[in-house]
Amino acid sequence: MGKFWSLIFLLVPILGVACFALAPVYNHWLPSDVSQHGHTIDHLFYFILWLTGAVFIATEVVLFWFLWRYDGKRKGHVNYTHGSHSLEIIWTILPAATLLFIAIYQMNAWAESKIRNPAAGPDGILGTADDMPPTLEVTGRQFEWRLRYPGKNGQLGDSDDIYIVNDLHLPVNEEILIYLKSDDVLHSFFLPNLRVKQDAVPGMKIPVWFRATEKGTYDIVCAELCGWGHYKMKGQLTIESRAEYDEWLDKKYREQTATVGPQLASQGDGE
Amino acid sequence: MSSITAGSHEHHDAHAAHGQGGVGHFLGTYVFSRDHKIIGIQFLFSTLIWFLIGGLLALGIRWQLAWPWQDMPVIGRMLFAGEGGQISPEFYTILFTMHATIMIFFVIIPILAGAFGNYLIPLMIGADDMAFPTLNMLSYWFMWPAFLAIGASFFVEGGAAKAGWTSYPPLSLTDLNGQTLWLIGLTFVGVSSMMGSVNYMTTIIQMRAPGMTMFRLPMTIWAMFITAILQAFALPVLTAAGFMQLMDRTIGTGFFIPEGWSANNAPLASGGGQPLLWQHLFWFYSHPAVYIMILPAMGMVSDIIACFSRKPLFGYKPMVYSIAGIAGLGFIVWGHHMFVSGMNPALGMTFMVSTMMIALPSAIKTFNWLGTVWGGQIQFTTPMLYALSFVAMFIIGGLSGIFMAATPVDIFIHDTYFIVAHFHYVLFAGTAMGVFGAIYFWYPKMFGRMMNETAGKIHFFFTFLFLNGTFFTMHILGAGGFPRRLADPYHYQTFAHLQPLNVFMTWCAIGMVAVQVIFALNFFLSMFFGPKAGRNPWHANGLEWAAPSPPGHGNFDFQPVIYRGPYEYNSPEVDTDYYPQNEPPPEPKSESGEETEPPPQPPAE
Ligand SMILES: [Cu+2]
Ligand SMILES: [Cu+2]
Repeated sequence: MGKFWSLIFLLVPILGVACFALAPVYNHWLPSDVSQHGHTIDHLFYFILWLTGAVFIATEVVLFWFLWRYDGKRKGHVNYTHGSHSLEIIWTILPAATLLFIAIYQMNAWAESKIRNPAAGPDGILGTADDMPPTLEVTGRQFEWRLRYPGKNGQLGDSDDIYIVNDLHLPVNEEILIYLKSDDVLHSFFLPNLRVKQDAVPGMKIPVWFRATEKGTYDIVCAELCGWGHYKMKGQLTIESRAEYDEWLDKKYREQTATVGPQLASQGDGE
Repeated sequence: MSSITAGSHEHHDAHAAHGQGGVGHFLGTYVFSRDHKIIGIQFLFSTLIWFLIGGLLALGIRWQLAWPWQDMPVIGRMLFAGEGGQISPEFYTILFTMHATIMIFFVIIPILAGAFGNYLIPLMIGADDMAFPTLNMLSYWFMWPAFLAIGASFFVEGGAAKAGWTSYPPLSLTDLNGQTLWLIGLTFVGVSSMMGSVNYMTTIIQMRAPGMTMFRLPMTIWAMFITAILQAFALPVLTAAGFMQLMDRTIGTGFFIPEGWSANNAPLASGGGQPLLWQHLFWFYSHPAVYIMILPAMGMVSDIIACFSRKPLFGYKPMVYSIAGIAGLGFIVWGHHMFVSGMNPALGMTFMVSTMMIALPSAIKTFNWLGTVWGGQIQFTTPMLYALSFVAMFIIGGLSGIFMAATPVDIFIHDTYFIVAHFHYVLFAGTAMGVFGAIYFWYPKMFGRMMNETAGKIHFFFTFLFLNGTFFTMHILGAGGFPRRLADPYHYQTFAHLQPLNVFMTWCAIGMVAVQVIFALNFFLSMFFGPKAGRNPWHANGLEWAAPSPPGHGNFDFQPVIYRGPYEYNSPEVDTDYYPQNEPPPEPKSESGEETEPPPQPPAE
């Protein structure tokens, strides 16, 4: 029976690798990436996948081989030992160095996605004249995404703002800066195709930035539990050319002023 | 059950708590017992029942993910007859919240520390009981208010807690009474754990038999010891945070409520708090808790693997230092749960580095397990198969952790099924498999009879197969960005094509729960019909095997004296392939060595 059980353990690396090899073939894999920074994230994902994959195969096959080879039925000589100093040193230093390497290797990608806030502008300091104005403000609310674009005057936070729900349009190939807020509970602004995820936290205004590189329509997913309707807190992201975007925003502006008119001013209070 | 304390009468009763027969005797022996073995078995039975409940809740989740909004047969009709057997979105949030809550706080933590910690610590260190038997009894009975609170929460208005097991405010503050009961339940679990941990630390430090030095302790005891320390330092933070949330809910404090916030259009309390504060406090406990939920299993698995490899444990001291390293580093990695939470991203970078480094001791342990098997004489018994599968599966759970430790990758996989895959490999494929191994291994000691090996192997085979079918595929879902906690993910174009894979996983999950019937039958029938075990059926070295099976009140029918570490299998000093810790060395000692005195210490290896 020892041989049988050894082979069962050999199934782990075989089926494990098969699973990961077949998944992309059947399109069960990373959603297409249409962002500028996404490929660094994907690259890192693949890098770790290959690395851990190699360790996975090596350790599982070694385990299988030991089970196969040292099946007690053979009654072979037992290697009576309490350990090995040099082996311990090798298998401490090697993984430590590898882990440290991964840690350092990824820092830049993280900084690019979350630390180098473009809102601060070229001088890197928030609150100065060269600050980048936000493209729009996104507010999570049970169970929808409320979008607030600057109106004709280009200023966000006044009576001129355009209010839209769940239908996010953005221009392609431009740096986008979103201020993310929440009206009630935690939400998470997840754009799978842009490799963007950021929690929306009541009481905080969190900058989110990215650059979309391909036109199309994509999902906006809420990725943080926000109540019974969490699953249906779905928005749609449309990436389009600058001209299409301007035209769409203009249409929305006209629709809003036609239906709501100036009363909106009282509703659209700044902060 | 009567076999549990067979022998307690002929043995001198050190604790003198027994009534004189009748109901009082029964209550004192089996219900309000202060005997660590009875308490351990009480924990074992209670947690196994909750394990079943938690597993059925998981099937509810799986049902909804495979066939959203379709009537659930049998279980659905029992649980929500009102909706005709269909899972409502509210109930779905209850399902995953309570599945996790029950599995973590009512199964894994109490089965490791409460059941096995209680049962094994005095036996393995050669003590007649815990240091504080009454406190020990209370640690079990303090679980009952928690059982009742959580059980009752399903029936109050609005149902049980539904803010996730992490209970993030402000959502958890808007919930109805189920959440209050959840917080009360968790507080009692915490008090119970704290009583246990104080007891374990004291017992291990103070009550070791003569000759049982710290570095002759089995890995199980080292793991339980360090786990108890982790509990004692981390738990007060969770308890305090729980009280803060309770006060936010009931008397209008605002620890976790920001200025100007209102829920459901109602004006709310003072504000001035911070939702992120809860996350910091919660994970300050709950990350160390991850190790509270795996270290004891690692310890037990180490003992099982050495025993059935008939070889000394490879690298005993590095194993001990790794556990200590995990425990130390475990306190400075909690922020890895918060990379995209809005916490300062520069701080995220620090947590990323510490999280990467905590993978190191786990790697060292894995290599040492492989080293133990290498060159052995492997006996493929049921407990050994489970222990080996712990290693094989922990490799997967450990490696997948590197993905989410890498902050940029975590942006994409955070709150997806990749995370769900990771912690199920650690907690189910790891800990739960280790626990199964431990049950099969120590069952003869607990009940004096052997479990059926064939049934055990069939149980192992199918559990192993189905668990991989259920959980390995979750990595693929996660790579596809498939989010957790969505009652119906398929109305997103990104995830619609992932439904057939979910159907496959659900079938595997159903199979996995179904084969546990084999385990349950084996467990209960062996109590009456299993062959008698004898003291040491596995030819193991640990001191617990020197006691009668089952041990009577006071554990040992002789004064145990320890001469060596627990892993002397195939030692060249003796002809047998095992060399129990309490067996005197072969050369006859002079008459002066009375057995009550500590024996002369053999020179250190
Ligand atoms: Cu949500
Ligand atoms: Cu953690």
